[in-house]
Amino acid sequence: MRLTLEIWRQEAPDEAGRFVTYEMEDVSPHMSFLEMLDVLNERLVDEGEKPVAFEHDCREGICGSCGMLINGKAHGPMRATATCQLHMRHFSDGDHLIIEPWRSAAFPVIKDLVVDRAPFDHIVQSGGYVSVNTGSAPDANTIPIGKERADRAMDAAECIGCGACVAQCPNGAAQLFTAAKVAHLASLPQGQPERYRRVAEMVETMERYFGSCTNYGECEAVCPKEISIDFIADMNRDYLKSKLRGGESG
Amino acid sequence: MTLEARVPDGPLAEKWQRHRDRLKLVNPANKRRFDVIVVGSGLAGGSAAATLAELGYRVQCFCFHDSARRAHSIAAQGGINAAKNYQNDGDSVWRLFYDTIKGGDFRSREANVHRLAEVSMAIIDQCVAQGVPFAREYGGTLANRSFGGAQVSRTFYARGQTGQQLLLGAYQALSRQIELGRVTMYPRTEMLDLVVSDGRARGIVTRNLRTGAIETHTADAVVLATGGYSNVFFLSTNAKGCNVTAIWRAYRRGAYFANPCFTQIHPTCIPQSGDYQSKLTLMSESLRNDGRIWVPESADDERPPGDVPKEDRDYYLERKYPAFGNLVPRDIASRAAKEVCDEGRGVGPGGRGVYLDFADAIQRLGRDTIADRYGNLFEMYERITGEDPYEVPMRIYPAPHYTMGGLWVDYDLMSTIPGLFVIGEANFSDHGANRLGASALMQGLADGYFVLPYTIGDYLAQHMGEEPLATDHPAVRETVAEVEKRIGVLLAADGDRTVDSFHRELGALCWEYCGMSRSASGLRKALEEIPALREEYWQRVNVPGSAEELNQALEKAGRVADFFELAELMCRDALDRGESCGTHFREEHQTEKGEALRNDEEYTYVSAWEFQGDEAEPELHREPLEFEAVSPSQRSYE
Repeated sequence: MRLTLEIWRQEAPDEAGRFVTYEMEDVSPHMSFLEMLDVLNERLVDEGEKPVAFEHDCREGICGSCGMLINGKAHGPMRATATCQLHMRHFSDGDHLIIEPWRSAAFPVIKDLVVDRAPFDHIVQSGGYVSVNTGSAPDANTIPIGKERADRAMDAAECIGCGACVAQCPNGAAQLFTAAKVAHLASLPQGQPERYRRVAEMVETMERYFGSCTNYGECEAVCPKEISIDFIADMNRDYLKSKLRGGESG
Repeated sequence: MTLEARVPDGPLAEKWQRHRDRLKLVNPANKRRFDVIVVGSGLAGGSAAATLAELGYRVQCFCFHDSARRAHSIAAQGGINAAKNYQNDGDSVWRLFYDTIKGGDFRSREANVHRLAEVSMAIIDQCVAQGVPFAREYGGTLANRSFGGAQVSRTFYARGQTGQQLLLGAYQALSRQIELGRVTMYPRTEMLDLVVSDGRARGIVTRNLRTGAIETHTADAVVLATGGYSNVFFLSTNAKGCNVTAIWRAYRRGAYFANPCFTQIHPTCIPQSGDYQSKLTLMSESLRNDGRIWVPESADDERPPGDVPKEDRDYYLERKYPAFGNLVPRDIASRAAKEVCDEGRGVGPGGRGVYLDFADAIQRLGRDTIADRYGNLFEMYERITGEDPYEVPMRIYPAPHYTMGGLWVDYDLMSTIPGLFVIGEANFSDHGANRLGASALMQGLADGYFVLPYTIGDYLAQHMGEEPLATDHPAVRETVAEVEKRIGVLLAADGDRTVDSFHRELGALCWEYCGMSRSASGLRKALEEIPALREEYWQRVNVPGSAEELNQALEKAGRVADFFELAELMCRDALDRGESCGTHFREEHQTEKGEALRNDEEYTYVSAWEFQGDEAEPELHREPLEFEAVSPSQRSYE
């Protein structure tokens, strides 16, 4: 099939960017979206131009490296699908696609479609862990954890940290990402001792970088792992409790 | 130089404990004075960096991704083995040890493998304490499943995303140490060379992938945890960024490269669909627990799978290996698939595929149970192929997946360059000629959490009071100059072919001559064609852009240049090993039934190659393998 791509090109963080149009012929419906961009890049290099920079690695929807807005939608039109898992059979001959980097002040563009998502790491560094040194763990079956509880922790822990939630949010909020990590650990007995200190630290770090949540729900809609927005309510409740406790943990 | 594996004495089961009792210790106040570089932040590197920092060392950790959480360990689906015997099915440290050494076709070191089995249990404890949400039974205890090559259920898992959850556990531990200021994290930074001075590893030269700046970092020890080199085949299940550069540069600086020809081909991957294909996607082999593998009896059967009656199907694994059936180890399942496709009985476009059929399992267990076990894998398959595996059988074909070969290390995980340690997939140590399923995660975390943190102290204790190399030391300056020169040559080539076009061609050569089956004549051919293509690469490669910017084409160009050299060594090693063992199948050496035929008399050794310069052939050193506790037998899964 034939496609017209309008891609955001930006040489460097402090340079102005612009859309550049590329015509694609003979796109196979079995290609992945990123393979279609690979084909474009091969052509650009052959024509003496610079290829479009975009992040990607596993191409299996799990590393969270890839991500772009496709016609204004993070990761494109398919539900629960990261860009690398999106295939061209979901597009039609003659489609016009606008491809942009994640839009968020907290994720500045480095080049073309590559953005800086370091604030996500800072949120986790501020408390997204259980403080247990290697070697001091009891036998793994010492504390039984009911299946429902373990499943719930896993539902939250599936987050791949891609940043689609932030990119789609009109406020550029990172509540879904933060809440997923908070809920993962708060669901488990191992996460209890630091539960309230953790949520306070993580929420406050998040607020340093990102906008506020006003319940648009766009984050959940584009999340490739379908992380539930309910976790945000849980995080808010825990955060409030942490304030009432005056920062006390446990 | 003789290879000194430094395996401790004493009975097998006591070696590790005895060794730990004797290792030199560094007292807590002195640990703060040592700098350790860890390159890579996957399961091995992330766990090592976190643990070393917990112990008090000053750690610098490097990864080429934008975040430490994205290393390729994250893509491991199936699970992690541990000899917990929670299922009361007779598992033990001995059995895990034995399965691993047998699965590796008796080409690994007994003492290393036994240690791996010993520490496997502590890994599960540690991960649970970190909050890794492993699958659970309703009563709250941990769930297990069985995995290829094992007759007990010892695999722990977190849905189909075990690697992700274990990596996030290590990443969280690492994040805690970053917050505490004990680890300095360098994301988007790629190691391009190793600094060696007076025969010891003293630092690394890196490129900041964002700005292009070439930087040096010195330390008291360097740990490489940079994964495997399956991407030498271009099409593999590895993430696109996986590369051999860090360990290849170390090889060129004097670290021996062990068993480069031991590359694992995973039996259950989605077949290639076109020329544009950029990678192959693995379907967890846990699918083989419930899926049945078959092809039509006859080569000219064109019917859709649902129309082929049972009597016209050949469930070839169940037929040939009744005891293990669809759960035979990976190398055996892969070769069997190739064999039926070579007979013209393969299915799907191009005839390179076999069916993995869940119809019987769905009938027996119900759709819901199958969805609960494999739902996300089925979705992934449908997304890629557009076919619904609940309705039509999956099509699968083998693909390069893991490399057992890697830098040679002694029992302490130290390479032949003192001060250079190598952990995880980047070393050669534990899997012999074939790795069993769910053992890669185990080894990465064993090395990072429970082995290296002890053994590195013994080395550091011998260098108390020494200062790290100054960054203007001649050894550093020379290494930087070489790195810059190489980048300059790649950019200056100004040729007419893209990096990927060369990489695809190299990959096809490797797959043809050094893939699932190998022969002396094919390997000799490869050893002529690869260097010729490499010559052409340096003349004709076209790398746009400059060195002073984010330049993904340049990153790829350097990695592919190293793959060319590695490919040659891999073929040379495959040619040297005149036997079949594990994944290394030499056509000249097979049983009447077409199974791998080992030659223990001549080849019970680890091959360790020493770089001799660009113009000379590398020198082969042999580390003899001695088996005290097990006696190598012909592997049989019938």
